[in-house]
Amino acid sequence: MRTEIEGRDLVSLKGVHKAFGSFEVLRGVELGVAKGEVAAIIGPSGSGKSTILRTINGLTPVDHGVIQLGDITVTDPKVDKVALRHRVGMVFQQYNLFPHKTVLENVAMAPIQVLKEPRKDVEERARNLLAGMRLTEKALAYPGELSGGQQQRVAIARALCMQPEVILFDEVTAALDPEMVKEVLSAVRKVAEDGMTCILVTHEMRFAREAANRVFFTDKGVIVEQGEPKAFFANPQDPRTKEFLDKVL
Amino acid sequence: MSETSIFADVLRWLPFVLWGFGLNVLMSVLAIVLGTGAGVFLGLGQTSHIRLVGGVSRLATQLFRNAPWLVLLFYCIFLMPYSIVISGATYNVPSWLRATLGFSLPVAANFSEIVRGAIGSIPKGQWEAAEALGYSRSVTLFRIILPQCITRMLPPWMNLYALLITATPLASIVGVEEALARTQAAVQSEAQASFLIPMYATLLVMFFLYTYPISRISNALERRFRTV
Amino acid sequence: MLELFRQFALELKASGINLTILYDAFDFERFVSGLATTCALVVLCTFFSILIGAAGATVLGLSRGPAAMLVCAYVALIRNTPLLVQMYFFYFAVGSLMPVGQNAIGLPVPMIGNFTWAVIALSLYAGAFNVETFRSGIGAVHGSYEEAALALGYSRFKAFRYVVAPLGLRFSFASLANNLVDLTKATTVAYAIGVAELLYVSNQIWSDSLNTFEMMNVMLAIYLLLTGIVVWIIGRAQRAMRLPGFGVN
Ligand SMILES: Nc1ncnc2c1ncn2[C@@H]1O[C@H](COP(=O)(O)OP(=O)(O)OP(=O)(O)O)[C@@H](O)[C@H]1O
Ligand SMILES: [Mg+2]
Repeated sequence: MRTEIEGRDLVSLKGVHKAFGSFEVLRGVELGVAKGEVAAIIGPSGSGKSTILRTINGLTPVDHGVIQLGDITVTDPKVDKVALRHRVGMVFQQYNLFPHKTVLENVAMAPIQVLKEPRKDVEERARNLLAGMRLTEKALAYPGELSGGQQQRVAIARALCMQPEVILFDEVTAALDPEMVKEVLSAVRKVAEDGMTCILVTHEMRFAREAANRVFFTDKGVIVEQGEPKAFFANPQDPRTKEFLDKVL
Repeated sequence: MSETSIFADVLRWLPFVLWGFGLNVLMSVLAIVLGTGAGVFLGLGQTSHIRLVGGVSRLATQLFRNAPWLVLLFYCIFLMPYSIVISGATYNVPSWLRATLGFSLPVAANFSEIVRGAIGSIPKGQWEAAEALGYSRSVTLFRIILPQCITRMLPPWMNLYALLITATPLASIVGVEEALARTQAAVQSEAQASFLIPMYATLLVMFFLYTYPISRISNALERRFRTV
Repeated sequence: MLELFRQFALELKASGINLTILYDAFDFERFVSGLATTCALVVLCTFFSILIGAAGATVLGLSRGPAAMLVCAYVALIRNTPLLVQMYFFYFAVGSLMPVGQNAIGLPVPMIGNFTWAVIALSLYAGAFNVETFRSGIGAVHGSYEEAALALGYSRFKAFRYVVAPLGLRFSFASLANNLVDLTKATTVAYAIGVAELLYVSNQIWSDSLNTFEMMNVMLAIYLLLTGIVVWIIGRAQRAMRLPGFGVN
């Protein structure tokens, strides 16, 4: 079934290899995500999930393989980084908001400084996004004055303000206290329901099952198994997937 | 004027300047010894629980730390007695010795801060643990706290010495015949402009060769101790 | 008011404390002009040394090539040689190569005067220390902030300019205050090349008026005041730029 729609994939990784020194982190990753799809990547710690995400927006250069994002070839050494990162947003585990800028500035600064869009338009968009994240009154606060959950929602708004085609979420709830996980997950879900293509690395299996269209399981630098969430969780095929799901569910 | 003859001239003056440099080294060694000794007392004084001792130590430290080296040098040169009488015999205090005392004042103040910082960097829990074991404050300080401080104090102490040796040419301003004064004398007696740059450059190199290794070792030690 | 000072000073003189600067107009003027020169040195050299420090730290933050090696060599050379010898090197040696102009009555005067050389030497001296200060401040900024900026499409240079450097500056204040106090103290070295700063005029005054002890104490008090002012100003700047809610600084 996948092979039929592969031509329509917005993001595709083919035979991606990456080694840090002599340690092979990615050993031939194959992955495709269609426009509007929500893909969840799960797998044990150290299996290369973050590295996969970081190769997609070019933060980590690959050794072999081809990564395609629409008409952009990410793995081309001469790739236009600004154009690439305009189209791919990223949200980090540790939020990584800029502590010397207000919430509004954090959300609006990149479109103004990098994309050279008019300040007025960007700030209006940023305020709307913050309203969507229920953070209207926090616009002029500094990141250090917000809770972890609020900071992560700001980080999502910051990624959205670039008006990307794809957003990468890397364990966005892993650093949060339990009571804040829900508010961030519902924010991610809202982004997905609005039609954004999302690739998310997560340890929240329930969330992966409910929110994703596709689940990918990674182990030791390869995609071991993938499928529709219902079938994937109800009836995993590979013994490594079974073992992992036994442990975490 | 050919290149080689300038080089020969510089070489001819080199021993003369090097002897002067010996005086820089002598002044710096004496001043670091005196300053370190006094700095230990001031630094321990700063951490003292006796109000008067603490206050006086802090005041003296701040005073000598924030005063320009050259001003302190002038104090010692102009306001110290030119000779002292010890049991009937009169001894002249040569100006280089008075300058050395002038250098040891800021060294003492800086070392006082190093001592205070090192003692402060030892976790409070150690004092409490020692007290719980029945150690007195002074025994705790000398047997438990200070031994740990030595390694922490070594890199900044070496940096202080590097600062000190590069400050010693200030003594030439008050008439001490050290390396810079001798370089100036050489330049004057040669009386040619093309001699100026090589001669002063030689002096810079002299100080660099002496000081740079000290700075490097100090940095290396600092990195080593930080990771431990 | 001034008359009161005069009276007071004359009474002090009667009791053995001879503060000529309080009742003798000539000494007063000399003293004030010396103080003004010292302040000018401090302000100019602070400005240029911060500029040098920022430029050097920028080079070290962005490149590992020959430019970075040049900056490292400059810092090592300045920090491991005497300021006074550097100043003589500039004033006497390099100065001897500089073009000579003529004054109103046709006498030769150097185009670059001793005050300018003092500013150059002191700025280069303090600049080397500021390079180190800013470099380690920048080193204290966690790499994830740069990464977040890169993911938003910032180039390395822009990420440095808008994110890493502003954060690094905030980690540099304590050490910067130290450097500027040292610079304030070091302005006295300009005395050696005949710049009529505070130490120089004080020396003139005590030579003429034979009040060495009094003048030295006045001078010392003024330097303590000046260093105090420097620390206070940096403290103000630090508080103005603190990161809200971040505990640090
Ligand atoms: N820059 C790097 N240099 C060296 N090794 C790295 C680097 N980045 C990642 N690694 C290593 O690559 C492996 C995979 O890292 P990655 O962060 O992709 O794992 P992960 O699946 O995201 O794990 P986790 O669930 O713990 O986040 C790890 O063993 C990690 O130590
Ligand atoms: Mg990860």
